[in-house]
Amino acid sequence: MGKEERIRLGHGSGGKLTHELIDNLFVKYFSNPELDRQTDAALLRLPKKQLAFTTDAFVVDPIFFPGGDIGKLAVCGTVNDVAVSGANPLYLSAAFIIEEGFPLKDLEDIVKSMASEARSAGVSIVTGDTKVVNKGHCDKVFITTTGIGSLPEEHLHISEGMNTVVGDKIIINGSIGDHGMAIMSARNELKLNAPLLSDCASLNGLISRITSVSSNIRFMRDATRGGLATVVTELCQGKDFGVSVSEENLLVNEGVRGMCELLGFDPMYVANEGKLVLVAASEDADNILKAMHDHEHGKDARIIGEIVAEHPGKAWLNTAVGGNRIIDMLAGEQLPRIC
Amino acid sequence: MIKYIDEYRDKELVLKIAAEIRRISSRPLRFMEVCGGHTMAIQKFGIPSLLPETIELLSGPGCPVCVTDRKFIDTAIAFSRLEDVIITTYGDLIRVPGSSSTLDEEKGKGRKIRIVYSVLDALEIARENPDSKVIFLGVGFETTTPSSAAGITNATRMGLNNFYLYSSHKVMPPAMTALIDEGVKIDGYIAPGHVSTITGTKIYDDIPEKYGLGCVISGFEPLDLMQSILMLTRQKEREEPKVEIQYKRAVMQEGNIKAQKLVEDVFEPCDDWWRGLGVLPGSGLNLRQEYENMDAAKAIAVEVENTREDRGCICGEILKGLKTPSDCKLFGKACMPGDPVGACMVSNEGACAAWYRYKGT
Repeated sequence: MGKEERIRLGHGSGGKLTHELIDNLFVKYFSNPELDRQTDAALLRLPKKQLAFTTDAFVVDPIFFPGGDIGKLAVCGTVNDVAVSGANPLYLSAAFIIEEGFPLKDLEDIVKSMASEARSAGVSIVTGDTKVVNKGHCDKVFITTTGIGSLPEEHLHISEGMNTVVGDKIIINGSIGDHGMAIMSARNELKLNAPLLSDCASLNGLISRITSVSSNIRFMRDATRGGLATVVTELCQGKDFGVSVSEENLLVNEGVRGMCELLGFDPMYVANEGKLVLVAASEDADNILKAMHDHEHGKDARIIGEIVAEHPGKAWLNTAVGGNRIIDMLAGEQLPRIC
Repeated sequence: MIKYIDEYRDKELVLKIAAEIRRISSRPLRFMEVCGGHTMAIQKFGIPSLLPETIELLSGPGCPVCVTDRKFIDTAIAFSRLEDVIITTYGDLIRVPGSSSTLDEEKGKGRKIRIVYSVLDALEIARENPDSKVIFLGVGFETTTPSSAAGITNATRMGLNNFYLYSSHKVMPPAMTALIDEGVKIDGYIAPGHVSTITGTKIYDDIPEKYGLGCVISGFEPLDLMQSILMLTRQKEREEPKVEIQYKRAVMQEGNIKAQKLVEDVFEPCDDWWRGLGVLPGSGLNLRQEYENMDAAKAIAVEVENTREDRGCICGEILKGLKTPSDCKLFGKACMPGDPVGACMVSNEGACAAWYRYKGT
């Protein structure tokens, strides 16, 4: 790495220091045929006519948290946005805005983490950018990504849930609220017996598994900011069907539940970074669950609700004590800078 | 802790109590809660959907932020515009609408307004900023008043001469009797859980004695609320109004004597203005004369704009339980959680905020 221990303004100037940083850090870890050419723009060959194209910015604080870091989050978040549209994620870009004085060792850890996650998700980081700003002009490091995936014709309807009908089942791949509460506890340095871990994960592998056993996937979304509640309310908003969720079927880890009770958060509204919500034809539900249970990110998959004819346009919760009430969209802030 | 919560959310027990309420309920009854925490819990667990049609739950003036009058906010904003002042406040006060601005907006303009979780944080800020006047906005019922009182005594002990309290603290019982005097039809009170941990039961004695209405002090879990409603229904069916404690694990008959004494040493009752209810005699708390030098209202001169009320806002009637949020022309349109007009929508515990979140528009 050389004698430099911290990022200096020179690293973003485009000159010698920049080239050294790119060669010895980014290209070294991200290496792939497109990136290695180091052209201004990555030249790509794409298999299909339809593309899913997404962009994301990552400003999470703290940048290292239990279960992940800003780099891993950047890859997972981007991959997931593409994958939940039913597309196969292929290429990512990554632009870094770094604060002067940021430790090189931390940057290297972040880059290594991104490379590792990209490898396991089967995507390549093919182009990027580096800027350095004066101390105090950004908070340590911000990462902006874009992601491209090829979208098969038969999955075009998935993003908007256009084929959803009454009777379809709503499935989630595991517990809710882990990421948001992990960040919360890391920020407040709360000493817990068992630290809360972010669920940060790339879901494209799980999604391929699912689409291989069912051609009746109506809708998919990853439940990030705003949590599960936001996904289910958006799913039926303005539509001629309603959503019914059963609180008893939701899985909330004990530590997350405890923290939520303590701080007054509703786990349904807390952010996740590795949770897939999907709607599928009810006759396929069993096969889908079986396929999910076989995958590392789907072991706790379960049906949490269904599409109903009642209360069109609205999502309702059957509470764990036998009552019912509406699930509304989150109004106002919960936690800032969780992703 | 989790096990402690689970037991009070046992579905089977909740449904058993629901069935019993249904069995004994013979006529329409209206019970009012006067605690923001109850407002939220009732909506969150879907309690109304578990009750027979004969029983209606009303939300009364239980949210201290919601009953804080506009003038208090206008004055706090005026204080914040003074060069040498730092305002310290609980978070849910910052978006309450004043006549022309909010503390949040003023914060955005660069005024020194800091959100604190307790008065102890405010004392720390006073200690760290000896050249500034640090004003703590004291809002809340009997639950938070002892902590403001402790703030005053601690400041004295620490020798701080730059710590001030601007009090809008209120006590609950005058509002409870005022509602009945105003003719609001109530058949019993679900009494506040945490206020009662401080005060004990004696503050409610007048209500069964003079008004013939029961008071059941309730906890916040579904089983607590259902049991309290059952107890109130039984009282009414037997015409035996009294004060009962359902929340036995937290509330004692005598309450927290130490906290009561602390409050008595520092504060004295005064007449106070409640949004929607007007002036209620003896319902507010002012600092006693010996603490005048720490009373922001007396010690710091400031010019405050004329108070302007909003048209169309029926927070007052909602607070009295006379109307529901859906009766309000502004609800869900001009007045929403992200952009509130009245205080009932600003505070998380306000009737309108709870209604919006859990019932929709």
